[in-house]
Amino acid sequence: MLLHARGLTKRFPGTVALDNVEFGLAAGEVHALLGENGAGKSTLIKCLTGAYRRDGGEILLDGRAVDPQSTAHAQELGIGTVYQEVNLLPNLTVAENLTLGRQPRRLGLVSRRAMRSLAREMLDGYGLSIDVDRDLGAYSVAVQQIIAIARAVHLSGKVLILDEPTASLDAREVALLFDVVRGLRERGLGIVFVSHFLDQVFAISDRITVLRNGRHVATTEAASLDRVRLINLMLGRELAEETSHNHGRREAGAELLRAEGLGRRGRITPFDLTIRSGEVIGMAGLLGSGRTETAEVLFGATAPDSGTVRDAKGPLDLSTPARAIAAGFGFAPEDRKTDGIIGDLTVRENIALALQAHRGWARPIPRAEQRRMADEYIRRLDIRTPGAEKPVGLLSGGNQQKVILARWLAMNPRFLILDEPTRGIDVGAHAEVLRLINEMVSSGMSLLVISSELEELVAVSDRVIVVRDRRHVAELAGQAITTEAIVNAIAAPEAKQEARA
Amino acid sequence: MTKILLASASALVLGTAASAQVVGFSQIGSESGWRAAETTVTQQEAEARGIDLQFSDAQQKQENQIAAVRSFVAQGVDAILLAPVVATGWDAVLEEAKEAEIPVVLLDRMVDSDPSLYLTAVGSDLVHEGEVAGQWLAEQVGEEPCRVVELQGTTGSSPAIDRAQGFRNGIEGHANIEIVQSQTGDFTRAQGKTVMEAFLQAENGGADICALYAHNDDMAVGAIQAIKEAGLKPGEDILVVSIDAVPDIFQAMAAGEANATVELTPNMAGPAFDALQAYWDNGTEPEKFIQTESKLYTQADDPQGEYDRRKGLGY
Amino acid sequence: MNGTGLLRRVAPQLLTLAAVLALVTVFFPSFLSVGLSGDRLVGSPIDVLKRGAPVALLAIGMTLVIATRGIDLSVGAIMAICGASAAFAVDQGWSLGVAVLLALGAGLLCGLWNGFLVAVLGIQPIVATLILMVAGRGIAQLITEGQILTFSDAGFAFLGSGAVLGLPVPAWAWILAGIVVGLVVRRTALGLLIESVGVNLRASRLAGVNSTVLLLTVYMISGLCAALAGLIVTGDIRGADANNAGLWLELDAILAVAIGGTSLLGGRFSILASLIGAMIIQSINTGILLAGFPPEFNLVIKAILVLLILMLQSPRLGDVAAGLLARRRRADETGAAPRPVQEAGR
Repeated sequence: MLLHARGLTKRFPGTVALDNVEFGLAAGEVHALLGENGAGKSTLIKCLTGAYRRDGGEILLDGRAVDPQSTAHAQELGIGTVYQEVNLLPNLTVAENLTLGRQPRRLGLVSRRAMRSLAREMLDGYGLSIDVDRDLGAYSVAVQQIIAIARAVHLSGKVLILDEPTASLDAREVALLFDVVRGLRERGLGIVFVSHFLDQVFAISDRITVLRNGRHVATTEAASLDRVRLINLMLGRELAEETSHNHGRREAGAELLRAEGLGRRGRITPFDLTIRSGEVIGMAGLLGSGRTETAEVLFGATAPDSGTVRDAKGPLDLSTPARAIAAGFGFAPEDRKTDGIIGDLTVRENIALALQAHRGWARPIPRAEQRRMADEYIRRLDIRTPGAEKPVGLLSGGNQQKVILARWLAMNPRFLILDEPTRGIDVGAHAEVLRLINEMVSSGMSLLVISSELEELVAVSDRVIVVRDRRHVAELAGQAITTEAIVNAIAAPEAKQEARA
Repeated sequence: MTKILLASASALVLGTAASAQVVGFSQIGSESGWRAAETTVTQQEAEARGIDLQFSDAQQKQENQIAAVRSFVAQGVDAILLAPVVATGWDAVLEEAKEAEIPVVLLDRMVDSDPSLYLTAVGSDLVHEGEVAGQWLAEQVGEEPCRVVELQGTTGSSPAIDRAQGFRNGIEGHANIEIVQSQTGDFTRAQGKTVMEAFLQAENGGADICALYAHNDDMAVGAIQAIKEAGLKPGEDILVVSIDAVPDIFQAMAAGEANATVELTPNMAGPAFDALQAYWDNGTEPEKFIQTESKLYTQADDPQGEYDRRKGLGY
Repeated sequence: MNGTGLLRRVAPQLLTLAAVLALVTVFFPSFLSVGLSGDRLVGSPIDVLKRGAPVALLAIGMTLVIATRGIDLSVGAIMAICGASAAFAVDQGWSLGVAVLLALGAGLLCGLWNGFLVAVLGIQPIVATLILMVAGRGIAQLITEGQILTFSDAGFAFLGSGAVLGLPVPAWAWILAGIVVGLVVRRTALGLLIESVGVNLRASRLAGVNSTVLLLTVYMISGLCAALAGLIVTGDIRGADANNAGLWLELDAILAVAIGGTSLLGGRFSILASLIGAMIIQSINTGILLAGFPPEFNLVIKAILVLLILMLQSPRLGDVAAGLLARRRRADETGAAPRPVQEAGR
């Protein structure tokens, strides 16, 4: 084993990003590292490259324990990394970029001739015929990517970590890059390949390791794995058990909202959606498939360019979040830090914010009333905070999520969108959020819950919409809601037919 | 041959008789009231002499001025007035004018070129202005002890340095006159007032101040208000002398609130035209620097009349 | 914020002010004495209250703008425009009321323009307000036709140099404006919404905050404060000096906000602290004039004092000092140089 991480653990306030993770990399293999957002991939890589200090576990390189202190230190040890955004300087020449920090010197001065020949030597075997004296920025991202790889391989030479290297490449460029990667594999390097593109993963990888919620889920030979099984692993369906929907628990209410042909070019293909009062609609799909985009056009966060949403009284104006809120909508976004909380403001102010914005600046909620509201929700939602006057940014992820839920509960919306409500929060908070969802629905609220946790969707949803390639591709209801059906709908491009109970 | 001589002689006679001289004037711009007044006065002086003045506003840019002078040379004007925006970089264009035998007169500011390249320069002497102000004060107070506060111009600017030096020259030998406070008022009315308030605070509510010397009238106008607000009478309790002779200071003098101002005349063109006329008539070469008069105005010099005369000049 | 909370918030500024006053008193012993001359108070403290008025007024508006993570560089130019408008009106023989309304209207209009560029067109505040900063003085010069537009209207002059109950009108102006704006933002929800937009614009929008209207409002308040400041300086010298009115005062106003402890990155703000900041700056200015140093030293002394104040208020300074101490201690214990701490992240 070239590189072996054992029992790797990394904690952040309120969450365990890596929990006792095992990862092995052999020389001469391409090892794909997969998982949804928040699964722990980037944390694992950062621990391996020294960008993060691990809280537990050990890293063995060639059988010897190593302790990378920084990316530079990791490089010296033999672990090189290339990121999606090339970390080189576009205004320097290719040769300068390749030799940066270790330019060959003569009499104390950089020898340009020696630098050029070293650069050519470094690029040898990568199948590039480029002028090393031109600025790096003159070349395509793919070429820059390969130059970055050449530099990383030259500096480290044992382990190469490629973090989403193909995200901005076209198919031809991907092929070029993969040729390079195969060449390096033959030279005996161990290569870690991180990507969201499953086709590419199957095309290049020898083995696949799947992480989920900071835990190691599986490591298998790529050849022995099919797409459905892989997606199952990533989305967390336990292989043996079949979670099923708790049907008939709720009576479907009257029709509340109806969206027709709602869409936005480049973000989400026009879709129809009917929402009844007191129901939970689940939404499943891989990252970037159009789930969040659906939520954003419904809430006016991105103005739709086609379609209408109407209720019993007529069409609704959902052109801005403020108008959507006035129409009785709410939206707890996926990225809590950038889209949800107002970090420097207190728990009280964060809870009161939406209601206050809705009332307008001239009708302030009295301080005592704000306090009462905050205290009530802190109690009801069990928000763990030293007090209502604590800046919300200092709370853990799960408690921040509860503050945002409290913000919307205070508005008492008729339709609430929850985008990944349980991502990155600890188990206890997770269960409570699910309990709250059930509570809200039984009070008559309608919910759209977007989640990568399939069991969660199966457990709470009355219907599940499956999204793929920015298009609503399937709707499951009642008995048909099973993790297997969802996974099949996500995985199989031909499964266009609507499965209905 | 005689014919030609006659023809040229008659042309010369006709030229002088009709005074149809064409003079190009390259002005810096109109960045201050004084500059605007200079433009107005130059146009008035040209009109009074029947000179056809070609005016060009350079908007503070040397390249515009060089282009203007070149075009004057191309037109074949009889003379060029130049108020240079900077001191350097004029050699080439002045040589072109010299080759075309067009006399150039510099107004108000000097250039770093060889004096042979221009006919003469007309300007004021900043040190002398200060001296006139200082001498007036020395004469005014006689042997009485006098504590003077000074409002300086923008720190480091040449008028501030020279007017400060000149004033000290003017009071030299009068041990009874002492400059007790000296601060910059940035040549502005607001700062003049602010700094004067501080002077009044520092000098026993103003009771210890005998006179104010301000490097320009605007600061003096501001300071006069400060003195009044402190309950003192400017012009009586505190003598006020300043430099520039802009209209507003004459208003103050008419009201008895300012005592004297030294004129920085905007009429640079008058002496310039006089020198040019002599040059055209019989080739008289003037001195290389014509100093304008730094005339002293006091309350006795019909301040109201001076105000009325000046307020239309664009100050 | 309740009384003790407010006091805790402005305690660093109050201490700084006290230190500056003490320092000036060392150089000019009678600095703190206030007397009565006729029916008005006189003395350096009164001068500070009066002379600090323009920066204090600008600081009120600037605090709100900065709280939204913006900045308003144009306030000095707006002062010139508004002063010129009012002087023009008085010069035309219109009543003082018309002149004041014209100036306030001009200030609101300038603020609306800035707010439009920032909130509607999405131009970065520093660039958006730079436009008016540059063009504004030109507009003012067009109004005054390039001259200092003098007037003799006693009522207008009263705005700049009059006194009510012994206290100069400019001092009343900023104190009252500070109380009014302070009450408006804290007794309504404006303050909360401004802070929320300043901390996280995107999240605030998603919570339903109408950030466009809010940004327009703060830039208009800033324009209005600049208009008041412009009226005061114009009334003070009985003339509209388009070239010099409010020149560079935007920078002093930003400095006052910074000394007041409001982060230039937006969020939590305190108008009271900014006002104390303005008084700190003015105490330094007045102190320098009174101390009688040669004028060449003015800017250097001011810069050094401001640097000292900002360093002492810097939250990092405590950390750095603690870090140095800890490092020294650790080095003493181990007898070896401490290992450099690596920054995380890519």
